[in-house]
Amino acid sequence: MEISKEKLLWIYERMRLIREFEDRLHKDFAAGKIPGFVHLYAGEEAVATGACANLTDRDFITSTHRGHGHCIAKGVDIKAMMAEIYGKATGACKGKGGSMHIADVSKGMLGANGIVGGGPPLACGAGLTSKIKGTGQVTICFFGDGASNQGTTMEGMNLAGIWKLPVVFICENNGYAETTSPKYSVSGQDIAARARGFGLPSVAVDGLDVLAIYEAVREAVERARRGDGPTFIEAQTYRYYGHFEGDTIRYRDKDEEEMYRSRDCIQRFRQTVLNQGLVSADELDALDQKARQTIEEAVAFAEQSPAPALTDVLTDVYVDFPEKALWPFQAVPA
Amino acid sequence: MTDRMLSYREAINEALRVEMARDPNVILMGEDVTGASHSDKTEHLDAWGGVLGVTKGLVHEFGRDRVRDTPITESGFMGAGVGAAATGLRPVVELMFIGFMGVCLDQITNQAAKMRYMFGGKAKIPLVVRTMIGAGFRAAAQHSDSIYSTFVHFPGLKVVAPATPADAKGLLAAAIRDDDPVIYCENKVLYDTKGPVPEGEYVVPLGKADIRREGKDVTIVAISRMVHVALEAANQLAKNGNGISAEVIDLRSLAPLDEDAVLSSVQKTGRLVVVDEDNPRCSVATDIATLAATQAIEYLNGPVRLVTAPHTPVPFSPVLEDFYVPTPARVIQAVRETIV
Repeated sequence: MEISKEKLLWIYERMRLIREFEDRLHKDFAAGKIPGFVHLYAGEEAVATGACANLTDRDFITSTHRGHGHCIAKGVDIKAMMAEIYGKATGACKGKGGSMHIADVSKGMLGANGIVGGGPPLACGAGLTSKIKGTGQVTICFFGDGASNQGTTMEGMNLAGIWKLPVVFICENNGYAETTSPKYSVSGQDIAARARGFGLPSVAVDGLDVLAIYEAVREAVERARRGDGPTFIEAQTYRYYGHFEGDTIRYRDKDEEEMYRSRDCIQRFRQTVLNQGLVSADELDALDQKARQTIEEAVAFAEQSPAPALTDVLTDVYVDFPEKALWPFQAVPA
Repeated sequence: MTDRMLSYREAINEALRVEMARDPNVILMGEDVTGASHSDKTEHLDAWGGVLGVTKGLVHEFGRDRVRDTPITESGFMGAGVGAAATGLRPVVELMFIGFMGVCLDQITNQAAKMRYMFGGKAKIPLVVRTMIGAGFRAAAQHSDSIYSTFVHFPGLKVVAPATPADAKGLLAAAIRDDDPVIYCENKVLYDTKGPVPEGEYVVPLGKADIRREGKDVTIVAISRMVHVALEAANQLAKNGNGISAEVIDLRSLAPLDEDAVLSSVQKTGRLVVVDEDNPRCSVATDIATLAATQAIEYLNGPVRLVTAPHTPVPFSPVLEDFYVPTPARVIQAVRETIV
């Protein structure tokens, strides 16, 4: 496989940033510092990173409720992400979206999404824009094993297939849709095989091997860019934390968690590139340090940022709408 | 304004043609908007042009890339419209009947309507959903609803319902040029009605009601086909002895709602009747009544009356369906009840 040293370091840096980001949220959530719900991506870093390593800022992704990793891999500003999760005015969405709706359209990140299966039709739309305008942009649609059962996912695969849209569907099979394993919920058991029924080239890949993901997605992105249509990739991965923070995780065994942690995607990548002499330990250690510092700074930024003004509740609903119609039949509370 | 007469159907078609020619980012997609997309035979091209022929001819001018048949997968193609709108196109998505909204509601209410807000204003969704409303075709409960009120309820959506060919053209052009998602409700019973329609580019601004008939004794607020029912009632009220002068307001836009037009008319007449084909609970009709109750109660000289469909699905039997839709006689009765 040909991959530049620069790209290898980028991959390591992004995976470390995601891990630091999520581990910090895990800790701060337990300390009561984080409002609402957060769904952490720790353990799955190889998928978002290996996939987005094939994209530019002009390409698009759609994401899920477990979207922090996708955001970081797509280059969304980390301080703005943290501030968003804290509900601050400086957040990526001015504090109006929160963890489940972080987005940055300017970076091609079309939003984390609180609806399981919400993304595939949107990804088709982004693909349709690229196809009709002839821009060569590619859209990666991330979704989980849970969404693999949603009608919208099947409809998305069908549309992308008949219209030959430049879309790459990546199913992050992390073993659990909330508490429920695909062993129970997926008829036929084989998620990747479903896509073949829609005529899509489809592979299942070890989602803990970032270079395997990178390679599979590289091929898929090239196919999409040259106008040969969509590809489906099932990335078999694992989430370290619960469905959301606060989940007591009474549906899987500790042995299983330990087994997956022993195969950690970041450590595995680190060993591989060190063993092959592609990068030095010093270079990786420096990125470890940088990741810690970046997240530390992001938390400080979020904590010190101002809350939104109460009047912000009425902005950004529409591009253009009469303001008095946003709180009808009564005076706006002082 | 013009002597040129077009049908409501032709006016919609013309708006699409003018706006697609004007802006290459405007695309049209939906089920059988051309028809027979499996076939390359010339005689199969544009086999339908929409189930009731509204989009006929557009594919010849703009091609199958921009006039795009979809499979019958409402969630899939509605969501694709949202995604395309978020990334730079101005899609007009045809959802055959408004009753099918249930199939794809998430893509409209959770994605299109909320995206801009959830993203802190950093996205815009210039999407138009064209969809048919209206009872009277003996099409039964799933193909005859007028449930536009449902969409007024969702922040982030705009909703329009034209009553005349000119407004059908002008409001569709405005909806296409608007940067927010707009639910555009075409009343299928009006497709063959004719009226004067300006040629070329013609835009009717969203959020502006139209006073169809001036009057001084009672305000009748109506939507879509009910505007014609209200006008018929107003004519009879003027003629038939009592000499009641009714002002008829065609709302045209349901979101945003032209509150000022309603309030200033009620302030003038002191009486209010709302005529609406939608089901009455939590509806535009009850909204108008609430508006009057909260902001014009001191001007009212009698009770507000609603003339709406019953709170039932649309029935099939012609006898029942005709009973279901508000009539001029019911409007006249309601007007009399406001005069106490």
